[in-house]
Amino acid sequence: MEDLKRLEEFQAKIDKGLKIEPKDWMPEKYRLQLIRMMSQHAHSEIVGMLPEGNWITRAPSLRRKAILLSKVQDEAGHGLYLYSAAETLGIDRKELLNQLHTGKAKYSSIFNYPTLTWADIGAIGWLVDGAAIMNQTMLARGSYGPYSRAMVKICKEESFHNRQGYEIMLSLCNGTPEQKEMAQDSLNRWWWPSISMLGPSDAESVNSDDLMKWKVKLESNDAIRQRFIDRTVPQADFLGLTIPDKDLKFNTETGHYEHGPINWDEFFNVIKGNGPCNKERLQTRVDADRNGQWVREAALAYAKKRKEQEVTA
Amino acid sequence: MTNTTDTQWPLWEVFIQANPGISHKHVGNVHAADAEMAIQNARDVYTRRSEGISIWVVPSNQISASSPEDMGSFFEPSNDKPYRHPTFYKIPEGVKHL
Ligand SMILES: [Fe+2]
Ligand SMILES: [Fe+2]
Repeated sequence: MEDLKRLEEFQAKIDKGLKIEPKDWMPEKYRLQLIRMMSQHAHSEIVGMLPEGNWITRAPSLRRKAILLSKVQDEAGHGLYLYSAAETLGIDRKELLNQLHTGKAKYSSIFNYPTLTWADIGAIGWLVDGAAIMNQTMLARGSYGPYSRAMVKICKEESFHNRQGYEIMLSLCNGTPEQKEMAQDSLNRWWWPSISMLGPSDAESVNSDDLMKWKVKLESNDAIRQRFIDRTVPQADFLGLTIPDKDLKFNTETGHYEHGPINWDEFFNVIKGNGPCNKERLQTRVDADRNGQWVREAALAYAKKRKEQEVTA
Repeated sequence: MTNTTDTQWPLWEVFIQANPGISHKHVGNVHAADAEMAIQNARDVYTRRSEGISIWVVPSNQISASSPEDMGSFFEPSNDKPYRHPTFYKIPEGVKHL
């Protein structure tokens, strides 16, 4: 009875556009869904550093190298804002990391693809960060205060990621025929994973109703995907590159692009762990955690010793 | 509080002053072994684009907060004291600088 009344108040608050804060009452399912989404998002930022990190030592110029380093550092920051926001829901960072390392928690499917050429660094900034921005600007309007605030901060930083990627593509497309070909090859490989990373079609998406009602999500995956495609196709045209979708066409009546069928089997297969790099990505994270353990222990021991000295001094 | 198998560092709340003359504002938290490291981590996580000129860190478990449940009754006493606001007072027209 009490819960029913609280649930009504909770819903009324959300309907009014107010934010839910960590100490406010919330339905258990809201809390769990948010932990799932936010931790998945945090893990994606952290694992997302790996494909790009692969090119830091081989960036073609000092300028590109400095830019890529900054971008990858931003992604680490994004992961931290999100872990920090998730912890307000009463779960430990350590537990979140355990869930990642044991495969219980997922991260974005896109980071299980390899970065084979320098053009892939361009394609990731342009397409992957571009698609993420569409999703994140929606999440910034969500009902959970700490998540929404983390998203606002992240969105401010993403636009540099997006632009530096497009700039790489632009340089390649204005370069030699081989460079332009490299850009096209990269677009060919990243296009479909980029539009499928926005999630399955709404018809197949479980949990959608509650998430919408509670304003955890404000738009459907398909709507976000549509916006991303509408914005990106003209950018590809400007580069003189071809989107690898023979069914892609502009519908003059709706004002939107229509795309061909997405291979959801591949998407779910990669999520399940069978993408080209799943094992390597996860192993790298597990190793990083294990190799850092002595550093964390040493720092704690040092802090403890200094505190003791302070007391006796 | 900490044992040797649990290597998760303690949590610190981070407050940043964006410009001189304004108050510090809560921006999030970081894990760190001690205050010095918390300040360094906070700088790297929260001020990569000159968002601040000063950082405070406070151990998260040292913060006490009012509870949202009794928000109504807790802040109630000020509601029946409208005379605390300047608009409560009627000043005749023509009186200036009040
Ligand atoms: Fe990010
Ligand atoms: Fe990014």
